[in-house]
Amino acid sequence: MNSLGTAAPRKILSALFVAACALSVALALVPLAFIMFFVVSQGIQSLNLDFFLHDPRPVGEPGGGMRNAIVGTLMLTGLAAAIAVPIGVVSGIYLSEYRGTRFASAVRFAADTLNGVPSIVIGVFAYGVAVLPFKHFSMLAGGLALGIMMIPLIARTTEELLLLVPNALREGALALGATRAKAVLTVLVPAALPGIITGVVLALARVAGETAPLLFTSFGNPFFSTSLTQPVSSITVQVFSYAISPYEDWHRQAWAGALVLVTIVLICSVAARMATARVARIRGGQ
Amino acid sequence: MNRPLVAVPRPPATSTPQQQEGQLKIDVDHLSFYYGAKRALEDISIKIQPNVVTAFIGPSGCGKSTFLRTLNRMNDIIPGARVEGRVCIDGADVYGQRVDVVALRRKVGMVFQKSNPFPKSVFENVAYGLRINKMASSRSELTGRVEESLKQAAIWEEVKDRLHESALAMSGGQQQRLCIARALAVRPDILLMDEPASALDPIATQRIEELIYGLKKSYTIVIVTHNMQQAARVSDHTAFFWLGRLVEYGRTEKIFTAPSEKLTEDYLTGRFG
Repeated sequence: MNSLGTAAPRKILSALFVAACALSVALALVPLAFIMFFVVSQGIQSLNLDFFLHDPRPVGEPGGGMRNAIVGTLMLTGLAAAIAVPIGVVSGIYLSEYRGTRFASAVRFAADTLNGVPSIVIGVFAYGVAVLPFKHFSMLAGGLALGIMMIPLIARTTEELLLLVPNALREGALALGATRAKAVLTVLVPAALPGIITGVVLALARVAGETAPLLFTSFGNPFFSTSLTQPVSSITVQVFSYAISPYEDWHRQAWAGALVLVTIVLICSVAARMATARVARIRGGQ
Repeated sequence: MNRPLVAVPRPPATSTPQQQEGQLKIDVDHLSFYYGAKRALEDISIKIQPNVVTAFIGPSGCGKSTFLRTLNRMNDIIPGARVEGRVCIDGADVYGQRVDVVALRRKVGMVFQKSNPFPKSVFENVAYGLRINKMASSRSELTGRVEESLKQAAIWEEVKDRLHESALAMSGGQQQRLCIARALAVRPDILLMDEPASALDPIATQRIEELIYGLKKSYTIVIVTHNMQQAARVSDHTAFFWLGRLVEYGRTEKIFTAPSEKLTEDYLTGRFG
């Protein structure tokens, strides 16, 4: 064995490792590719204008769509955002401003725990507080369940992003005679805003795909409804009930619903990233 | 050994920093400052008159920035910070019970080592202090005050056509002058400058120094600097800090040519620091 030959085992090991990495990436992407392929190819066949403009028809009657479920999902996530954004952002401000305190540590731990609670458990909780007392399912209960899921996501994102804002900006504001609250609201939060918006949109995208917490809160509704106090349909629950049904026509509609949901989530994510990039460009002055 | 051969005449007694008790702008009496248990400033007393530029010099960690920040209570935001002694501005103790820190900081403006424009437009940066303190009653007054401040900071000509562009797009020197304009906009009496030119190139530094010279007419300026030539160029009085203590304070010419303390001389001649 000469001195030049000793590198060979090392090179082989390196090549093997790179190959293993590449294989893992491919394996991870295969399911995603299949999902996208099936959702798009199956969903696109049943997707037409009627799908967006009509409510479900009884079995056997051709046509019909998911207008009620699409509007329902949009309203449920909007309601969830209305509940979670104020609470989440203000909690995030608290966590970053009082990060050293014991109470803040407790809040942070609680938020992380809440984030790890299975969504069905949150659904049960919303059922207990917003369905049982009123004796019927409602959009409000569904929005509450989704909102509870969003709060820890938004709070932690807000906290992390506020901590990234340079302390020099806070000092600059204080030195001009700003109170602590003014400095936070007029300088720190605006500086972190692009990131906070991205966090909110990603949290929305996440809860828009939830089914479990809606099963016994907003429940589902074959008819179009925008009432807060009535059960309401959502894309996820509609897809679920259509997919387990024995009807071929409903299966096709379920695929179309899945495609619409994936598209909504994708549009949200892309829009959030574009908005962030744009704001960052303006801030950076390029 | 390193003293100049020609003796510098003592300045007239009336203009030494220790004089003119009646019209003192800043009067610090036996000030000590603690970060937790660590004493960062030890028994500092200094009297500063209005419309004078005072330079604080000394090696890194000597407490000159800490001392500067006690004057507008910027150290308040540091957990565990504690102050003993008195700091009077226009005769009022700034650490007194009934002092409004917000009003104090409006009166005592500050420019930081690293320029820190807000991620907003040029105009909004200067207007910020006016807005939060509700110091402009109309849009035209606000615009006027912004323009006036930018002119005072000698940056108006460079930014007048890009008032609504991001402040972060400007060069480092421009950003620092913008920060000075922002501090001037709330019409302070005193301007504290913490190494305002340390991150700038020589040309930008020169512009800041010229600016300081011009601002002296209307403001009392205290500047912390690492650069001894800069202290010699811009200041009327110089205070030398070492290990949290004020070693020597006097007219700049005297400090630089005939310091009374051996320590000052050693520092100025580069024996340490």
